[in-house]
Amino acid sequence: MQIDLRTVAIKPLRNTFDHLVERFGDKPASRYQEGSYNIQQESIFHYRPAWDADNVLFDKKRTKIQMKDWYALKDPRQYYYGSYTITRARQQDAAESSFEMIEDRGLAELVPADLKQMALDVLVPMRHVEWGGNMGNSYITAYGYGTVITQPCLYHAMDHLGVAQYLTRIGLVLDGPEALDTAKEAWMSGAMWQPMRRHVENLLVLQDWFEIFVAQNLVLEGLLNPMLYDYLDAEFSAKGATAISMMTRFMAEWSAETAKWVDAQIKVAAAESAENKAQLSAWVTQYRAETLDALAPIAKRSFGDKADELLADLTSEFNARCAKLGLAV
Amino acid sequence: MDMKANKKKLGLKEKYAHMTRGLDWETTYQPKEKVFPQATFEGIKVHDWDKWEDPFRLTMDAYWKYQAEKERKLYAVLDAFAQNNGHLGLTDARYLSAVKLFLTGISPLEYVAHRGFAAAGRNFPGVGPRVACLMQSIDEVRHAQTQIHALSNYNKFYEGFHAGATHQIERVWYLSVPKSFFDDAFSAGPFEWMIAIGFSFEYVLTNLLFVPFMSGAAYNGDMATVTFGFSAQSDEARHMTLGLECIKFMLEQDPDNLPIVQKWIDKWAWRGIRVLSLVATMMDYMLPKRVMSWKEAWEIYFEQNGGALFNDLAKYGIKVPECITQCTVDKEHISHQIWLTLCTHGHAMALHTWLPNADEMDWLSAKYPNTFDKYYRPRFEKLQELADKGERFYANTLPMLCQVCQIPMLFTEPDDPTKICYRESEYQGEKYHTCSDGCKHIFDDEPEKYIQAWLPVHQVYMGNCWPEGTDPTVEGFNPLAKYLEWCHIEDGKDNCDYEGSSDQANFAAWRGVATQNV
Ligand SMILES: [Fe+2]
Ligand SMILES: [Fe+2]
Repeated sequence: MQIDLRTVAIKPLRNTFDHLVERFGDKPASRYQEGSYNIQQESIFHYRPAWDADNVLFDKKRTKIQMKDWYALKDPRQYYYGSYTITRARQQDAAESSFEMIEDRGLAELVPADLKQMALDVLVPMRHVEWGGNMGNSYITAYGYGTVITQPCLYHAMDHLGVAQYLTRIGLVLDGPEALDTAKEAWMSGAMWQPMRRHVENLLVLQDWFEIFVAQNLVLEGLLNPMLYDYLDAEFSAKGATAISMMTRFMAEWSAETAKWVDAQIKVAAAESAENKAQLSAWVTQYRAETLDALAPIAKRSFGDKADELLADLTSEFNARCAKLGLAV
Repeated sequence: MDMKANKKKLGLKEKYAHMTRGLDWETTYQPKEKVFPQATFEGIKVHDWDKWEDPFRLTMDAYWKYQAEKERKLYAVLDAFAQNNGHLGLTDARYLSAVKLFLTGISPLEYVAHRGFAAAGRNFPGVGPRVACLMQSIDEVRHAQTQIHALSNYNKFYEGFHAGATHQIERVWYLSVPKSFFDDAFSAGPFEWMIAIGFSFEYVLTNLLFVPFMSGAAYNGDMATVTFGFSAQSDEARHMTLGLECIKFMLEQDPDNLPIVQKWIDKWAWRGIRVLSLVATMMDYMLPKRVMSWKEAWEIYFEQNGGALFNDLAKYGIKVPECITQCTVDKEHISHQIWLTLCTHGHAMALHTWLPNADEMDWLSAKYPNTFDKYYRPRFEKLQELADKGERFYANTLPMLCQVCQIPMLFTEPDDPTKICYRESEYQGEKYHTCSDGCKHIFDDEPEKYIQAWLPVHQVYMGNCWPEGTDPTVEGFNPLAKYLEWCHIEDGKDNCDYEGSSDQANFAAWRGVATQNV
């Protein structure tokens, strides 16, 4: 028997799941909402974790930041797995054609030698900084509270891995596998990189997941990404190293996009209470100083005499951003 | 064009190695123990993380590309399913009990897997396993979400889905079986997590979990489930490889790891097999159109395939877990014993139950010639007699649960299928009950862990499972009704027998309209 099911109009019994009706009212829910809200278990757990016996598996006490409703920290991009991968796939497609064009036509050979060296010295070792960003954000995904913030942190962690791999490719295109060894050596023992490596290692031992979010996603990325992908990139384009600009376009777009997400989190958390605002501001003040120290020698290599002025500009832009988010820094 | 550009083209494997290896470093400003605080407390010794063979060799750009392609296809099918009233293509709406069990019992585990693999992906001191675990972590959030998205359409038309994927797993008595399994694994350390979830669950038992659900779905016209199931297959292949790679890595790193790994394999095999008894029940009783019996599935996917796996691991000194011998007895009993319990507690279930009809009982007789007619048919017939008189039997208490697997104490002695199996352990002056030698063994090995179990039935009787503000002293107080309310089980709609349910009536009416439209 053939049944033409399409011709039947059936009135649904309900629009969506109970918890979404409770939260957003009785109307159809988006895929972001269905896939993110309340899918983390909340209060009943069987066994204390062997690795953190003072807390339960998902515990609100793993940070000093407190929220009445952790689901207030939503992602303005509304990324769930599907929309996230589809967005990144589009961006990687563009990046891939840039790399292909550069590789096929040997465009890297046209990059002036001093700028090529600059990219090898400054950009390639950054792959290790990105790896640190991956670790911090996977920590938040594991131990944070509430899917609307833990989920994008995993996407962010994977993005960091992706960026580390694009930076690796830049090294391979400009020089070859040796570039990676040289960069690693510089990272491990070159004077220019030690303050940054110390800073990244210090972030690896933080335990408060929201503190990691602030130190890594807001402060370190808030100062580092504009320096690399706005200011240094402008130097590359202006001086004929278009190929390098092409290879960092993904990162430029990505850091602008993710900064908006980070801002939304900080803004909501700061507006929640005076305590949150004070704590977030204190963290920003502390990590801004540490990040600027770590950036100083890298800025010097990148911008020479203009380094101090540039860091001052970056800092005032960053401070303005923080002020807009409601922080006192 | 410069020749150097061409000369530099690297092979895929080599390129992948550069892309991932070497990203990490030996920290010097912070001690290793602080950066990786969970790396050693379980006693597993690793000497060289670089010996880890990357099983996937997927760079992020390739990952985004492949996965996005899969997502585009998946959501196109789901949209079409919703638009075309795909749910009317089911064999029968009672099939949806299996799907309700999946959404409330399995999807939340996908989510916990996502968090647990993120933790593993942070905690191993080697870059290879970390990247592999993170890729599994992001895959698992995909699984949780695609399942919710696929099944959300059923929620619009049928009862029993409305509480969503997670609310009930913390509350409903039979869902603490799968929940406690994952809580147990996540609350252990990263290495045990890999044996529990990466190896036992994803490698040894996954076929017994997903094949029955997915083929059950295909046989019963559930294209929504089939779609996410197929789409997840290539992810699962990666996860299986990771699980196996991980166990081999641990065994190859140090001989001292063998007894620890063996103990975990024994524990997690039994834990997993107990969880699978719910799947057994689903296969034998909840599918209007059956695929194969649980016994057959067990023989193919465990006895044959699992046997080959353990042969392969024998070279490391790994032995087949002892508890497996009991499974050859159990495979003929467990599904019947559980369904009898679920049917007689159907008023406290978040899905519909029903008594097998005459045809179905004949099928069960044929599939279980040694046990069904002898032990179980008479009990179902007795229940049917009562139901025919309008006195469908529901027990007025909830069953006592095993302290370890949290399944009601309903399984029988290995050598006497008429006698319920009870095992007892004592710890700090208290007595604890388990359902089997396997569970008792697990309890006795880590009593300090298992005494913490939050047994839902126990908690109900202690008065901890009511909505906020409930006053149990009011006249006519009905504790079961309040428990159901707390669980978001709508009494009279979500629970009890499928026969006479609104799901049955609606499905018949909608199908009727659809049929007349031809
Ligand atoms: Fe999964
Ligand atoms: Fe048990």
